[in-house]
Amino acid sequence: MQKHLFLGVEAIGQGAIDGGMSGVYAYPGTPSTEITEFIQDHPLAEERNIHRKWSANEKTAFETALGMSYAGKRAMSCMKHVGLNVAADAFVNAAMTGVNGGLILTVADDPSMHSSQNEQDSRFYGKFAMVPILEPSSQQEAYDMAREGFALSELTKVPVMLRITTRMAHSRAGVVCSEVLDENKLSMPADPRQFILLPAIARRKYKELLQSQDLFLKLSEESKYNRYEEGEDTSLGIVACGIAYNYLMEHYPNGTCPFPVVKISQYPLPEKLIKRLNHECDELLILEEGAPMVEESLKGFFANGTPVKGRLDGTLPRDGELNPDLIAKALGKEFFKGYEIPEVVANRPPALCQGCGHQDAYVAMNEALADYTKGRVFSDIGCYTLGALPPYETIYSCVDMGASITMAKGAADAGLIPAVAMIGDSTFAHSGITGLLDAVNEKSSITIVISDNESVSMTGGQDSSALGKIESICIGVGVDPAHIHTIVPLRKNHEEMVRLFREEFAYEGVSVIIPRRECIQRASSRKRNQK
Amino acid sequence: MTKLNLELLIKLNMKSDIILAGVGGQGILSIATALGEAALADGLLIKQAETHGMSQRGGAVYSHMRISDQPISSDLIPGGSADLILSVEPMESLRYLPYLSETGYLVTNITPFVNIPNYPDIELVLAEIRKLPRFIAIDADSIAKEVGSSRASNMVMLGAASPFIDIEFSKIENGIRTIFERKGEAVVNMNLEALRRGRAFAEENR
Repeated sequence: MQKHLFLGVEAIGQGAIDGGMSGVYAYPGTPSTEITEFIQDHPLAEERNIHRKWSANEKTAFETALGMSYAGKRAMSCMKHVGLNVAADAFVNAAMTGVNGGLILTVADDPSMHSSQNEQDSRFYGKFAMVPILEPSSQQEAYDMAREGFALSELTKVPVMLRITTRMAHSRAGVVCSEVLDENKLSMPADPRQFILLPAIARRKYKELLQSQDLFLKLSEESKYNRYEEGEDTSLGIVACGIAYNYLMEHYPNGTCPFPVVKISQYPLPEKLIKRLNHECDELLILEEGAPMVEESLKGFFANGTPVKGRLDGTLPRDGELNPDLIAKALGKEFFKGYEIPEVVANRPPALCQGCGHQDAYVAMNEALADYTKGRVFSDIGCYTLGALPPYETIYSCVDMGASITMAKGAADAGLIPAVAMIGDSTFAHSGITGLLDAVNEKSSITIVISDNESVSMTGGQDSSALGKIESICIGVGVDPAHIHTIVPLRKNHEEMVRLFREEFAYEGVSVIIPRRECIQRASSRKRNQK
Repeated sequence: MTKLNLELLIKLNMKSDIILAGVGGQGILSIATALGEAALADGLLIKQAETHGMSQRGGAVYSHMRISDQPISSDLIPGGSADLILSVEPMESLRYLPYLSETGYLVTNITPFVNIPNYPDIELVLAEIRKLPRFIAIDADSIAKEVGSSRASNMVMLGAASPFIDIEFSKIENGIRTIFERKGEAVVNMNLEALRRGRAFAEENR
């Protein structure tokens, strides 16, 4: 068998295609983006005409995947952890409706917040929805889980969560691929009322979901991804979840770990394996990437059972991603700590690219805002969030997708007038339109700057679903066309931009200013591809 | 021989743990790709963790590249155990010193990439590099220009690091052939020349 060198995200893309998937539905978000990109570039995806276009946001993505599952075909929806907040309504209720064709939710968490605003652990969502969760410890498992996850979903009749973290997403290793499965044929759900969550039906469906938990547990206990590894030294038993298993085994190559270990890559937690570990060992150490979810449940409220060590008692840090060093320390192993970083080394934070249109917009905004007190610009998620840093320091918020418009409205409601929202074109399409409608309906005194670089740039220049539609969306939502302005953010238009900003900041009502110039990264890669 | 020394010896024979460092946009992943191709051709196992996302916008970026003839567990290199730091930027080479092993080499380009207002005096940076017991500091940009294009500087760097990586040099040359094949014979040859010049410099200055 030929071995491919795949990133974890690529392994999932390949696994999904080989598993007979008919459609991937996603919104870009680090570290999940490349799953969909890999499928978009895959020759078999083209040959089979697998659906692979970006969705407007994670909620529309997941719902569309659920619709494909309704029609009997296999579908995957991919997103980053905070994207699941947006799709949570659909996801949690899909556990109630159940599926027809296999449905996988792939969610990529970002502990240590390399490119995110929090480090929430998606396993809580899986547990909350009461569905099986898969968490690979290797790229090979990531491939196998994506490929076999559809069948697991069809067997359990619920969506299956495939949870990865940044290091699994963006690390390469050899992967051996298996036989390519056929796609499912179009078929209607066996139960025609399955997807109607009217209370009377929902109550029945909920009982079904509760009854299914025994099956999910049995599958976890028999899963090839979970196992009990014997060890002679029972002074300690270790539970290692997902990629944490690799960090543990780094210290014990070739099966030399003296302690019994339960490797977990499928949830619900395999009770029998963990009870055996608890029975045999004096203490337990829990290694999990993300929040101490397993640790909390094993420790219990009164902590009066076997002592449990991990993130809650300080054996490991409470926050941030794990690594081999933290685990060595937790195991009391000594190691050479390398050389210290010399004081001369300065931080090098990310910055807006030279020549980026957001820069020109910020310079003009700062000038137009100079007459007002500080703290009036609410912003959003995208490259332009870097406008919080010097030399701009223009923006005062970055919370969640679309919150710039709604927070500006709330501040204006409180009397902070003018209030300004700074949002990108793709974020506007993702979650800005409904907030704009609220503002229009109440004639709020806010100015919305939609800094349009005609792409989803922070994640690598994907197509924005609002491309060419922003003015018509604003008009359709009810913004007065006299207060919608478009300008090219270039130094030569600086005076004009400042004048526009000043005028609209002073206007008592909703106005929209659209500085529009293609992302320079996207423009240069487009030119390279044309050559 | 103490247990520690024995462990070290086994490690050196079997494994190359490399930290690749640079600034977003400098293309350190092209080095990783060339090395990955070479390692695969040599029948070796690889794990390689990359930086994607926000820091690619001109921020500090790094990659953990692990090559071994034995199964590799962790995707990340443990602290104090990297055999090599390979940096295409001098200040960035120092950022990852906590990963360098007691016997490890630091190989860095000396041309600074200045995109922050508080970039330190380059002489202070180079002085820190010279304090290390084993290092190669090379002007990869000048050598790259001599062989035909400043864009080949990453291949000069790979050449300079090649004496410290347990992969046959001819396999690394083949790796470069594979990744530049599509761009024609002239580009392949220029990058091979860049690689060889880098290696020659390291051999003379180690």
